[in-house]
Amino acid sequence: MISLKNLLPTLSLLAFLVIWQGLAVYLDSNTLPAPEAVAKVFWQACVSGQLPFHLGVTLLRLVISFAIAMLLGCAIGIVLGRNKKLDAFFDNWLVIFLNVPALVTIILCYVWFGLIESAAILAVVINKLPNVIVTIREGTRMLDQDLLDMARCYRFSKRKTLTHVIWPQLHPFVMGATRSGLALIWKIILVVELLGRSNGMGYQLHLFFQLFDVASILAYTIAFVAVIQLIELLILKPLDKKALRWRK
Amino acid sequence: MTDIQIQIDNKTYQAAADPSIVDLKLSLTSEEFICLVGPSGCGKTTLLNIIAGLDNDYEGDILVGQQHTSPKIGYVFQNPRLLPWRTVRENIELAVDKHQAREVIDAMLEAMQLTASQHSYPEHLSLGMSRRVAIIRAFAVDPEVLLMDEPFVSLDAPTARQVRELLLNLWQQRPHTILFVTHDLREAIALADRLIFLSAAPMQVVSEIVVPIPRSERGNELVIESFRQQLLKNHPEIKQLL
Repeated sequence: MISLKNLLPTLSLLAFLVIWQGLAVYLDSNTLPAPEAVAKVFWQACVSGQLPFHLGVTLLRLVISFAIAMLLGCAIGIVLGRNKKLDAFFDNWLVIFLNVPALVTIILCYVWFGLIESAAILAVVINKLPNVIVTIREGTRMLDQDLLDMARCYRFSKRKTLTHVIWPQLHPFVMGATRSGLALIWKIILVVELLGRSNGMGYQLHLFFQLFDVASILAYTIAFVAVIQLIELLILKPLDKKALRWRK
Repeated sequence: MTDIQIQIDNKTYQAAADPSIVDLKLSLTSEEFICLVGPSGCGKTTLLNIIAGLDNDYEGDILVGQQHTSPKIGYVFQNPRLLPWRTVRENIELAVDKHQAREVIDAMLEAMQLTASQHSYPEHLSLGMSRRVAIIRAFAVDPEVLLMDEPFVSLDAPTARQVRELLLNLWQQRPHTILFVTHDLREAIALADRLIFLSAAPMQVVSEIVVPIPRSERGNELVIESFRQQLLKNHPEIKQLL
């Protein structure tokens, strides 16, 4: 039995398409192609291999920079959360890095290290890292001291304490950093590619902008949003479910 | 099993000017059940934390046999402190060094009437059940001294009685040295081989009393009550500690 509540998301998507179509017909302009035209471009880009290639390149950069930022960020965040002196020392650095505009980091990385792949990755990591550190540091400060004492008096090894006592408590913070991180990194990677790479979604979008090809821009955007949704649905949701199975 | 000597001096709280523990000596005989009775706030939990190695800010010494080492500890905290994301069984197994023989844990779960709940998560347990899991965890590590910090507080009377009986049952199967903190004299008499009465500020041993009631009569409320009356009559100094 399909209830109205389950139908609502589909209905809202349909409404969105109808409004889009209506506007496109009403404006009748190159600047807003109809959904149908975008679908056609999307299909052609997929068949020609262009879209999958550039999407793949961007995804690879995403995975690498995301992994580096999360690993480093978690490690540094835990250390700062557990050590008041180090935290007091590095707090200012964090504030500075949190507030440097993404564009500035990207330009500086390219100027200092050249228009190379590692400079691009580094720029993304530097942009994301402070966010992860701050989130994980907050999580570490909120760790349950009672449970840590329990682990200590039962002589848990460092590794056991980390995997069984600390990590499960940090899980919500890590997932928060992951979600906000994905959204942030996607956007930064496009700028990085636009400014200094010769492939990837950002590069392509730049090209379409110069050609005034709105249909392609929209087609790429849709592919983009779809991939993020897939990551949420296929990776993040199941991870959440597994980690929180002990909840009532 | 070895005897343990505890000597603690000059323990001061950060907030307080005067030391809260000055020259306190306790000696624990192997496999003895000792109840520490004292007014709330006299530092009983601090004392247990020092013995457990969680609080190192004191002068003094703990001797296990002839050696200056920290004893192996099993600790039943006032709240059970189970990992919510691990099942009952996993919580017990995690505390054990190597995987202790499954049968040992099985037997203890059985003795504490928890076999059916061994794969449940702590959030699904009642407080009394969580306390029983914490007790099994403390026994499972085979400790040199087992610390219990008012583990039956905020249980209703019948549940407290039930858990107390299960505890004694388990202790008789697997005798360990137990240091049990309480402010309930009836509970202390029902459990202990020896009672140690502590005063506050600074903490000092006021008196030590051996409980001569045979184990078989500890369940009898009347016996416990008459011993309590007699105790208060013969030792007026402990009245103000309760």
